[in-house]
Amino acid sequence: MAIDRAQVRHVARLARLRLSAAEEELYAAQLGAVLGYLERLAAVDVSSVEPLSFAGDEGSSLREDVARSGLSREQALAAAPQHDAQAFVVPRIIE
Amino acid sequence: MLQPVIGLEVHAQLLTRTKIFCGCSTAFGAPPNTQVCPVCLGLPGALPALNRAVVELAVRAGKAFACRIAGRSVWSRKNYFYPDLPKGYQITQFDLPICAGGAVDVPGLRKVQLTRIHLEEDAGKSVHAEGGSEVDLNRSGVPLIEIVGEPVLRSSEEASEYLKALRLALVYLGVNDGNLEEGSFRCDANVSVHEPSAKLGTRVELKNINSFRFVRQAIDYEIARQVAALGRGERIIQETRLYDHEKNETRAMRSKEEANDYRYFPEPDLPPLVVSPAWIDAVQVPRLPNEITAGLLAAGVAPADARTIVGDPRLAALHARLGDPRRAAHFIVGELSRALNDREVNLDALAFEPAQVAEAWALQDAGTISSTGLKEVLAELIRTGKPPAQTVLERGLAQVQDLAALDAVVDAVLARYPSEAGKYQAGKKTLLGFLVGAAMKELKGKGNPSALNALFRARLGG
Repeated sequence: MAIDRAQVRHVARLARLRLSAAEEELYAAQLGAVLGYLERLAAVDVSSVEPLSFAGDEGSSLREDVARSGLSREQALAAAPQHDAQAFVVPRIIE
Repeated sequence: MLQPVIGLEVHAQLLTRTKIFCGCSTAFGAPPNTQVCPVCLGLPGALPALNRAVVELAVRAGKAFACRIAGRSVWSRKNYFYPDLPKGYQITQFDLPICAGGAVDVPGLRKVQLTRIHLEEDAGKSVHAEGGSEVDLNRSGVPLIEIVGEPVLRSSEEASEYLKALRLALVYLGVNDGNLEEGSFRCDANVSVHEPSAKLGTRVELKNINSFRFVRQAIDYEIARQVAALGRGERIIQETRLYDHEKNETRAMRSKEEANDYRYFPEPDLPPLVVSPAWIDAVQVPRLPNEITAGLLAAGVAPADARTIVGDPRLAALHARLGDPRRAAHFIVGELSRALNDREVNLDALAFEPAQVAEAWALQDAGTISSTGLKEVLAELIRTGKPPAQTVLERGLAQVQDLAALDAVVDAVLARYPSEAGKYQAGKKTLLGFLVGAAMKELKGKGNPSALNALFRARLGG
């Protein structure tokens, strides 16, 4: 399946990746090859097979609704590239 | 004539102590970023563990609205970037939600069909600050149900009635606190217009509507905008618009232009949610507002009073404990509402016990106090919790019941007002009130009015 550069740009934008023109060409070819391989799987008749959404035992082990202490604010904020005394700081969100 | 079509999506915070996938507290109002842990901060390697109470509450809501409860539902990742979403995806349910179908009974309207109810986690909160935006992740991972209604509402009034009914039902169910101001009950509206003979128009999603009034205003604005656009020959673009209540307008959200590609896929960190039939059966559903209202009406409570009482679960709970439904209703919409309106008392910390109200009623039934005396006793009870009998003693509210004593007063009044007595006997029956009033005055208001009435009638021959 052929992937064009516009599709690569769209996916890159959704993933917040900035690609050069050369990279767009490269990934268009590589993604096309990956999808081409997946298309071969489409030849298998799976009409009688339930979709598999989890590769393990089904059924959650559930947690009781009991509070536990988490991280202190200092710990929580420590790894952030930018923070003030109480919160994470990010570039101004414009809406 | 273009007809509006409205469907609402409600995000309701579940009343759990802890978040959906971790043990952090959900309490509202804590200082920013003090109820967080590696799971809800989206730190690498942290794994979600589903809160049992979340499942319980979703099943309770599903049963209450007669949804089909899925024995197996699947978690999905909804991928998008936003500063308040630390993992870069929201864990939600996509193609296999926990509840499907169902309906909400809206008083005065009809049953409004639901598409689905699914579970998901909330995002954090961002606040604009100097030089950037501050992100508080206390809310990240708070459990929500999203209740998706079918697009069957036809006006902003219907939308607002539906929302009120849904909110009240969730509060009665103990699923949600119904608090729009704190954002624990939030609404998005999908609005389109079409010629009734044609297929549905392109829908626009309205966000940021956080009061019943704004719901009506935002929808009305959007309907008018779409009708005007179509009138100019324009096409409606499918988009997300933000409601600005200060300007009373909706405007396109730029950030959402390209964001509608969420690339959902099954959540690999959580197995499908399996809820056994036995568990579903065991989930208790409290009585819903409509059932309680029907019970009150059947007991002879006036419809307007029933609405007031059922409109606040605390009043309804009090009503249920007071006994005699009609008298209890009068007490609640009368003396108690007055005291609440005057801010003399707080409904969350009432000073009296329901049994004390019944004591006051019993004093009136026994003839010890008059209806005026009862009002005074109840007002004092509401304000201070003072036992009714004590108020009667302290304020001298006990009526003179001794017939001999009353008879003596009747004698005296008849002697003082012979002409009025004569006119009464001649047919001017309205003078009875005057005579009883005179006797009451003599008794300093403590005579038993019905006893006095009876005595005068007996003396004057009917």
